[in-house]
Amino acid sequence: MNDRPNSFRSGPDDSGHFGIYGGRFVAETLMPNILALEEAYEEAKKDPSYFKEMDGHLKHYVGRPSPLYFAERLTEHFGGAKIYLKREELNHTGSHKVNNVLGQIMLARRMKKPRIIAETGAGQHGVATATLCARFGLECVVYMGAVDVARQAPNVFRMKMLGATVVPVQSGAKTLKDAMNEALRDWVTNVHNTFYCIGTVAGPHPYPAMVRDFQSIIGRETREQMQELEGRLPDSLIACVGGGSNAMGLFHPFLDDPSVEIYGVEAAGHGLDKLHAASINGGRPGVLHGNRTYLLMNQDGQIEEGHSISAGLDYPGIGPEHSWLADTGRAKYLTCTDEEALEAFGTLSKLEGIIPALESAHALAKVKELAPKKPKDHLMVVNLSGRGDKDVPQVAEIMGTSL
Amino acid sequence: MSTRIETRFAAVKAEGRAALVTFVMGGDPGYESSLEILKALPEAGADLIELGMPFSDPMADGPPIQAAGLRALKAGQTLKKTLGLVAEFRKTDKDTPLVLMGYYNPIYIYGVDAFLKDANAAGVDGLIVVDLPPEEDAELCLPAIKAGLNFIRLATPTTDDKRLPAVLENTSGFVYYVSVTGITGAATPDFNAVSQAVARIKRHTTLPVAVGFGVKTADHARAVAEGADGVVVGSALVETVRLSLDKEARATEKTVSSVTKLVRELAAGVRSGRPVAAE
Ligand SMILES: Cc1ncc(COP(=O)(O)O)c(C=O)c1O
Repeated sequence: MNDRPNSFRSGPDDSGHFGIYGGRFVAETLMPNILALEEAYEEAKKDPSYFKEMDGHLKHYVGRPSPLYFAERLTEHFGGAKIYLKREELNHTGSHKVNNVLGQIMLARRMKKPRIIAETGAGQHGVATATLCARFGLECVVYMGAVDVARQAPNVFRMKMLGATVVPVQSGAKTLKDAMNEALRDWVTNVHNTFYCIGTVAGPHPYPAMVRDFQSIIGRETREQMQELEGRLPDSLIACVGGGSNAMGLFHPFLDDPSVEIYGVEAAGHGLDKLHAASINGGRPGVLHGNRTYLLMNQDGQIEEGHSISAGLDYPGIGPEHSWLADTGRAKYLTCTDEEALEAFGTLSKLEGIIPALESAHALAKVKELAPKKPKDHLMVVNLSGRGDKDVPQVAEIMGTSL
Repeated sequence: MSTRIETRFAAVKAEGRAALVTFVMGGDPGYESSLEILKALPEAGADLIELGMPFSDPMADGPPIQAAGLRALKAGQTLKKTLGLVAEFRKTDKDTPLVLMGYYNPIYIYGVDAFLKDANAAGVDGLIVVDLPPEEDAELCLPAIKAGLNFIRLATPTTDDKRLPAVLENTSGFVYYVSVTGITGAATPDFNAVSQAVARIKRHTTLPVAVGFGVKTADHARAVAEGADGVVVGSALVETVRLSLDKEARATEKTVSSVTKLVRELAAGVRSGRPVAAE
């Protein structure tokens, strides 16, 4: 791929690269399995029955399509662009994560792997995985940093109710990065019967492309729904970026529409000069967890921990396709601090009666900056990636309220 | 011209035995004590040395090597200092082959060209980079070969006959057979399966085959040495380092001696591995 591609939608190349990003940087033990996964996915893509079955589950089990909702009061409040919310928080299990998990679990079934492992930060991916494992009768083991286990207690309990084993990871900073290391160690050990269900558009090829494909239903629906509601394409898209799966899902179907502005929002935590999780704005390209991408690291190439108020965003990396979109300039990556996210959390709750996930609140926070500068006929879509039920105890504690 | 690794495997083979390959973590528990351990290894019976380049996220390593890497990083180890250890070691030892083992990111950040130049100058003989499969050969393997360094690849129980040729294609020095599907320091391997696997790999290559992962005792070493050209021991040695430390994780007077004691036992195990000299 050169710097100015004809299409922004044709990646990755055959070796799994988006420009210099992506690739397959994993131990030899995993390589045969990753190649088998790639083959299985390529076969599934050619099999109409795979998508037919998936569409059925998406409609009747997940509850799709999710609405594209005109946020009238939010629009009035900011006095600029017409703001629409893509309601991924209405999906079964409460976030966009379920779209991807369904696709991967159906692939695991095709590959006859009875044991599913996953890593999770906020717990949303873990809950989605535990849910579909329950639905299809598969063994489920979820790795989660011990710190996240403590701050996302409701989700940990949900996973256990769903029959999953939650393994608290005690290494490193005990958050998502360490959970991913531990999941990879499990996979290296149990590769013969185990399918690793990665929760975002990161990891070795084919995961970034595969997860993107599963999440692209968000953008495809948005396209159709906007056509129906307004008779044209949206003018801008905004989504929060942890690993970047909800963002890639919304963005991808619009990448080749130059009129559509695209904004990803990284977590700036306490600020870019302090502790944060903004890999693109505050990191540089390196190699971790099977791919080359922007990462937080020190001078010597040792990976540093990310920080964000939102457990789903404090990963020190980002999906490789985002790194490429940032370098090519097709998408812009903004940042949002903990404080800004909390403010947006409150604003949406009070104005629209929707309590957003703290992750999604990062995307909403940037509406305050972008929307007022736009004309009234500017159509802005914000991805509401998840609902805030899981964050209520944490936010209450910050506000000094005991539940 | 033969490389130090080739020369050493040939010499060991002429003695009718397998080579003992010892892994220690560079900079563990600190730079000075790590250098002392390194210098003591050949005398204690190590034929080849693998020196770990510590990394914050060693995804294919188990708790012992993971902890050793973190001890080293905490003590201020960097890739530059690890190359410094090698240069110091080479001042007094011109013959023992030394292979650096680790993960790609610190090398990538150092800069591949600068790293290869500095590694060569320090006296490094080969590289094992766990997260660079043949699919990513263009990153470091091909430049390393060009720079005159051996690039040693891992073959595993999941590397079947179809895939082996790809794994072996740009491998030189020796092949490292990982005896278990798993992380370092975990399960004890099934020695029967290991010797079958070694025989299988030898049908595809004339390179020496060294076996590691899960070898902890002299008895294990003896069992593996029956069929393999080399026996790699890592986790057991770094655990020995750990057990010798004081409460602040600093070296004590027992640190070097307890490591060399285990290396002596392992060397004896390796030497009793093949009662009849090969060929
Ligand atoms: C609701 C929600 N949004 C966003 C994210 C971030 O993930 P991604 O960037 O892959 O969408 C998470 C991750 O846990 C999440 O739970």
